[in-house]
Amino acid sequence: MYKKLAPVLATLTAAALFTSACSSSGDKSDDAATSTEKVALTYWSWAPNMDKVVEGWNSTHPNIQVTVNKQDGGDPAVTKLLTAIKAGSGAPDVMQAEYQKIPTLVSADALADIGKEAGSLKDKFPAAAWNAVTLGSEAVYGVPQDSGPLMFFYRSDIFEKNKLQAPKTWDDYAAAAATIHKANPKQYLGTFSASDAGLFAGLAQQAGASWWGVNGDSWTVNINDAATQKVAGYWGGLVEKGVIDNKPMYTPEWNAALNDGTQVGWVSAVWAPGVLEGSAKDTKGKWKAAAMPQWDAAGPATGNWGGSATSVTSQSKHPKQAAEFVAWLNSDPAALKLLAGTANVYPAANDATSVLTTPPAFFADQADFYTIAAEAAKVTKPFTYGPNVNVAYSAFNDAFGKAAESKKAAAFTESLVTMQKATVDDMKNSGFTVAG
Amino acid sequence: MTLTTTRPSSTAAPVARKPAPSRRARVPYAFLAPGLLLFTLFLAAPIVYAGYLSLRKVKVSGLGLGSKSRTEVWAGLSNYTRSMTDPEWLPSVYRILGYGLVVVPAMLGLALLMALLLDAGRTRPGFSGFARISIFLPYAVPAVVASLLWGFLYLPRVSPFVYTLDKLGIHAPELLSSSWVLYAVANVAVWGGTGFNMIVLYTALRAVPTSLYESARIDGASELAIAWRIKIPIVLPSLIMTFVFSMIATLQVFAEPMTLKPLSNTISFTWTPLMKVYRDAFVRNDIYAAAATSVVIAVATFVLSFGFLKLVGRRAFNQEES
Repeated sequence: MYKKLAPVLATLTAAALFTSACSSSGDKSDDAATSTEKVALTYWSWAPNMDKVVEGWNSTHPNIQVTVNKQDGGDPAVTKLLTAIKAGSGAPDVMQAEYQKIPTLVSADALADIGKEAGSLKDKFPAAAWNAVTLGSEAVYGVPQDSGPLMFFYRSDIFEKNKLQAPKTWDDYAAAAATIHKANPKQYLGTFSASDAGLFAGLAQQAGASWWGVNGDSWTVNINDAATQKVAGYWGGLVEKGVIDNKPMYTPEWNAALNDGTQVGWVSAVWAPGVLEGSAKDTKGKWKAAAMPQWDAAGPATGNWGGSATSVTSQSKHPKQAAEFVAWLNSDPAALKLLAGTANVYPAANDATSVLTTPPAFFADQADFYTIAAEAAKVTKPFTYGPNVNVAYSAFNDAFGKAAESKKAAAFTESLVTMQKATVDDMKNSGFTVAG
Repeated sequence: MTLTTTRPSSTAAPVARKPAPSRRARVPYAFLAPGLLLFTLFLAAPIVYAGYLSLRKVKVSGLGLGSKSRTEVWAGLSNYTRSMTDPEWLPSVYRILGYGLVVVPAMLGLALLMALLLDAGRTRPGFSGFARISIFLPYAVPAVVASLLWGFLYLPRVSPFVYTLDKLGIHAPELLSSSWVLYAVANVAVWGGTGFNMIVLYTALRAVPTSLYESARIDGASELAIAWRIKIPIVLPSLIMTFVFSMIATLQVFAEPMTLKPLSNTISFTWTPLMKVYRDAFVRNDIYAAAATSVVIAVATFVLSFGFLKLVGRRAFNQEES
């Protein structure tokens, strides 16, 4: 009896295994049929409390319900999205996308053009932010959500003790770094972090660099240009002199250094208060924000670190409704209020200044915090990102990691050659037309 | 002489006898089907797919921004030449060779030493049970968690060890600096892997009948001589097996350096060959180059492990049998 059943059983088991192995994918996201009016959208974001912001939409739009799916951060979310695009399913309808990732995503055909639904929003945003979502074309690949103009943060008590003023120029910054380190060899005004390519790109942007560019039908890559060389040489010089540290940011070590007063300054962006609140909570009330040190005090400029847009993915079955939500989220006054107050982002929209009246909690004493930020946002220099930012950034990590470890200024400028070559080689290998 | 090797007995169960009808001849295949199916779905198919991808590449036209500007084309062997001529490839290979030279002897040496010590204390069961579990426990800690734990211990400002040494007036070296980082990563692997290898070796030792030791003792052999002349030769097959496992683990080291990477300047994206695969696939979004490198690593692993087994197989196993 058993012997006769065996083959049947075995085949059945195999069949069961086969079906269970295959049925695990593609069982969601098409439940909201187009015939009914109700639409369910998924939204990937890593901003804190985004679900509470979205509640504001859901309660007033019963037919378009959005579910937030919390992501770990910009990089892992993009990796997941690109994998889903390659697999043909699994992408959300709406996605938070950092500005520097948009060319990569567009190039992978991951984002939908929502020009028809959102094109009219153009005037509500600064030109630089709008350019980042259109890539200079007629298409619109998202609506700007937040921006991250670079600012300078410092421990006012330490500056007072050393009779220093907030640095107006990069020369001032270098002098302050030397003074502070001399007065207390354990203290540093900052660190050169080889793991934060985004910050370095922002610093190069401030100096006037634009690493990528479009020239007719071909790309240009200018990572090793004079402006970036100036920035790399400057930071390499500070590291070589030993007046600033050479360890990466966002490590337990760095957090401890901020908290115990070893790191007494931070070149960062408008969102820094949130980070400082977490890393350096014992120093609350001792920090002050200032405009960036300048290369040319007469012509103030700044760069960007972070900032993102909200995009509709090419896999969304309801791009129209998704675009409607995206437009509301980033331009409606009620939504801007929620974004700034609940999700703690610095909205990119021009109207945002009206909702940002009280300074962030960690800088409660500095009433002009958002005035400084708004000034900074106004003088943000234009910068074009290319389709392989990740390649350039990972080349930055490796090359500048070595340079920072060697503490030689020459190694810093040399690293730009490596970055430029890695970036151009990768583009040429993929078949992009690269001029120069 | 007793030997604990398990050799595959080639003709174990004579299932299909000659006069059996054709219907019964198909039965074994039905039994094999689930296994074969799983093997095909989850092992063979991905391998074939990786091999296929390694011969493809994406061709972009123009600026690459339009929706249909990317096409996949055949690439020949260009992904392989590109991967193998990457200036970071050979340094990463040399690095894991050095890493293996540190990890494998240290880990197996410690595992053997602990197994022998535990076995020597066989008569005191209470303590050996506790010792065995505490040595094995690190193996139960996932590599990522272990690396994070050790990362905290390596960073001077958060490490209690550095703090204590500092208070004692000793200047501790920076373990994540370029001259120490290899050992820092190796240490995590040794800490995590020793317990597992110890259990394997200890189990092999436990299979040896005590009468063997008793007769050696009567002949006047010291504990040291027993360990060196009887126990170690007996567990040699297990040692070889653990060596092969450790070698494969070395070739595939990934989680520890990847987790420690953000903490230091000294671990690059291409620190080990597998990290290069990860960078190509998920950072550079170039799965084709990643597939090519994976195929090379897989072939190298295959050749090394089977080559080694062939080399020692005859000496280690046959000598004892004859």
